Amino acid sequence: MTENGDCCDYCAMISEFIDGELPPDLCALLEEHLASCDNCTIVLNTMKKTIELYREDEGIEDLPEGVKRRLFTTLSLSDYLPK
Amino acid sequence: MDKSKITETEISIDKLIAQDRDELARFVEVYSPRIYRLAMKILNNEQDAEDVLQETFIKAIHAISGFEGRSSLSTWLYRIATNEALMLLRRHSPGTVSIDTPAEEDEEDQEALQIVDWSNQPEVKLSAKEVRLQINEAVSRLPLGQREVFALREIEGLSVKETAEILNVSESVVKTRLLRARMRLRQVLNDYFIERQKREVTDD
Repeated sequence: MTENGDCCDYCAMISEFIDGELPPDLCALLEEHLASCDNCTIVLNTMKKTIELYREDEGIEDLPEGVKRRLFTTLSLSDYLPK
Repeated sequence: MDKSKITETEISIDKLIAQDRDELARFVEVYSPRIYRLAMKILNNEQDAEDVLQETFIKAIHAISGFEGRSSLSTWLYRIATNEALMLLRRHSPGTVSIDTPAEEDEEDQEALQIVDWSNQPEVKLSAKEVRLQINEAVSRLPLGQREVFALREIEGLSVKETAEILNVSESVVKTRLLRARMRLRQVLNDYFIERQKREVTDD
């Protein structure tokens, strides 16, 4: 599942590294690898960007009006809907 | 997300158990957008997401007296919702819904050999809308297990531990599914930007 089979282990590390959940010793190992591996550096940059892009697009903050109305009605709470 | 966390602590479980209508209405008001968003990400269909939303709150209000507070109220609700979503998928296509479908081995062969760093390309900003379409489409094609993890962890912002609890899988399964989902989505964007670049070169 990586561009380069040899770097497969690093992809898992990169994912945890982005989350700030990689243990310090593995961080050091990864950083050392990144310094000499362009492919993994690109994976890091583009994965980070991918995450940024879909997190920007959280979408629904409020329920669509009809969905909300039907939900409250189903739950016999329609008197709490804004008049 | 911080705002909703504050609200969460203000919901009184005792009042919910007593079926206090004011509190039930607040409970539905506070949590329904999140449950709907989760259902939309997992099911990618407005009608299905609405069905799951309604079923989740019907069940939750009915079962609230059994809520023991071992997990947070939202974790408990997410668990009901993901179960409802899974049941709905099984009803729609009995026998075909597996957590890990479709086969993932194909992915390994599909990886592009072309390594391009598009993360700083100005096009990423310019084509935000199209990029979003690409992402949504790719998410809807992830195997169910990855989609669930993606929605809970990446969109709802839950921890690995909470996600594992809700889906009743180990933390390492959550991590693996998340990694696969991220790699897959990154690959989709990768292909998209390479394709775009090619188009632009041809257009010139």
